[in-house]
Amino acid sequence: MSKLFVKHLSKSWGDTEVLHDISFNCKQGSLLVLLGPSGCGKSTTLRLIAGLEDPSQGSIMMDEKEITHLVPGKRGIAMVFQNYALFPHLSVVENILFGLKARKIKKDEQQKRLKYAASVLGLSDLLDRRPSQLSGGQRQRVALGRAIVYQSSICLMDEPLSNLDAKLRQEMRQEIRSLQQRLGITMIYVTHDQTEAMTMADQIILMKDGEIEQIGTPEELYKTPATAYSGNFIGTPPMNILRPDQKILSAFESRKMDQELLSKIEKQCLIGVRPEHIQLDETGIPATINTIEYLGSETLIACQIENQPILFTTPNKLNMAPGGAIKIGWGVKNLHVFDAKSGKRDDSVYHQLLN
Amino acid sequence: MIKHQARYWNQVNGWLMIIPAVCMIGLFTHYPIFATFFRSFFATPIGTKPAPFVGLENYSFLMEDEVFWKVLKNNLIYSFCTVPASIALALIMAMTVNGKIKGRSWVRLSFFTPTVLPMIAVANIWLFFYTPEYGLFDQIIIFFGGNSHNWLGNPDSVLGSLIVMVIWKESGFFMIFYLAALQQLSPELQEAGKIEGSGRWNYFRRVEFPLLMPTTLFISINAVINSFKLVDHLVIMTKGGPDNASSLLLYYIYENAFNFWDTHYASTITIVLVIILAIISLVKFAYLDKKIHYQ
Repeated sequence: MSKLFVKHLSKSWGDTEVLHDISFNCKQGSLLVLLGPSGCGKSTTLRLIAGLEDPSQGSIMMDEKEITHLVPGKRGIAMVFQNYALFPHLSVVENILFGLKARKIKKDEQQKRLKYAASVLGLSDLLDRRPSQLSGGQRQRVALGRAIVYQSSICLMDEPLSNLDAKLRQEMRQEIRSLQQRLGITMIYVTHDQTEAMTMADQIILMKDGEIEQIGTPEELYKTPATAYSGNFIGTPPMNILRPDQKILSAFESRKMDQELLSKIEKQCLIGVRPEHIQLDETGIPATINTIEYLGSETLIACQIENQPILFTTPNKLNMAPGGAIKIGWGVKNLHVFDAKSGKRDDSVYHQLLN
Repeated sequence: MIKHQARYWNQVNGWLMIIPAVCMIGLFTHYPIFATFFRSFFATPIGTKPAPFVGLENYSFLMEDEVFWKVLKNNLIYSFCTVPASIALALIMAMTVNGKIKGRSWVRLSFFTPTVLPMIAVANIWLFFYTPEYGLFDQIIIFFGGNSHNWLGNPDSVLGSLIVMVIWKESGFFMIFYLAALQQLSPELQEAGKIEGSGRWNYFRRVEFPLLMPTTLFISINAVINSFKLVDHLVIMTKGGPDNASSLLLYYIYENAFNFWDTHYASTITIVLVIILAIISLVKFAYLDKKIHYQ
């Protein structure tokens, strides 16, 4: 069952359109991630859902009710801000209960919900502190607590982890995800970090320049990126997007390809291959090493074929110096073919390649 | 040894640098306070004779001086009216011009203009406003069929008239402080408030006002001190009259010192004024500062 429907949403500031015809829906109890680089419109989308901005066009429906122009406080949403937006002069208790008091919810009910949220979030010992006496992770929890006690139907999160250090970010990532699943919260989560998106999301919406690039589960985005951009955005290190010149096409020649198909690929396509799908291969394409980064569990090698840079990883330590010559190859099965002009995935060419 | 010397020179350097400031403050603030305190125990000398020591006689005279009590009462009424009213007005004005309204910079400018004017100029302008029959207020009242008032000539209305004028003059200045403080508040807080279902009044009461408390305290201390030390307008408008109905403490000191040439009695009243101001500062630093959330 869908909780939230966003239909043909657009937003302009004066003459500049920052959001163009966005449509998606979000299922009850799922975690939806809006992913994209800064300026792609993901935060604007969230603020439109929250009611902090007014859309230029389109509508937002929640629980089958239109909420497009409702004030934020009446939408039944909770929101966690990037800088937490805790009230600095109020204690943790007062911060958590702020919304319930403003909404005049009964005292004993307030206390019940506070107790529950505090125990779920492990805040019980910190209730009398002020935000300035808390660490980043604790502030984050208080902000979450404020969202939980409201028992809203939907919880919006605007880059909630971007102010935490790497280790804490990973902890909070797991914590938020498990909390969301345990309490069955419907959550819309904005981030520019594809790792957060991949690890937490039920559904990812990848955005670019105010438009939706791809909607799908993390697996779909990884395995079948709809565009070259999407392929490049998901995965660390990112997917190699290559112009298929003669050198690269020579890798396919051993497979006795149809010449017509090869020239079509050369003229009209881009090929994408993930770093983890490239191996050192004695029969492969010659490449020159640019840098080698040893990461312990794997080694990250940046090299180039002619002028095209390629990144790949190998599980073994490579005892070579930059400038050294290697040969690399990849399975045709792991290739992604995109149309050079539109950047869209072209599965027909891919299937012809496989046969 | 070298370390010891370095520290010594550090101290000397420090003292050398603050000596000019210390001299100025000593000469124009601390010495006058002690001299005034000292003089309040002597009677004003007549002719070339030395001032005779009278102990607490000046103070017991003060206790029986009806004019002093009247002036003190005037000053308390004046402070209790001008301070809260100008602060409230300043806050309302600051909230108005902090929002998105058309012609915001013009409104800001017009709110701030009274502050830029010297008190003497303001007093002259308002002297015209209050003129019976020809003045601005009387013209408006007469236009609507009312009667002419002698605003400044009537002991019942003179203090109120001054209070209104001072509120007009002071609140623009305080507005600037509130405006600066309001712009320090993160817009995210307001958005969080909106999402939490906190209405305009609820948000003001629970978030904005408490967060503005440091500013409010700063302004109120300044306002109270101003209400005791700013008397320029009395010289222009009323000279404390009629029948001392508009006289304030500092103006009464001025009258005693420079009209009646009773400088030692003026010293005695000055000590009372200094004590009042000291108590206000003490309340601020020792009590209020601890109750307020500073960022």
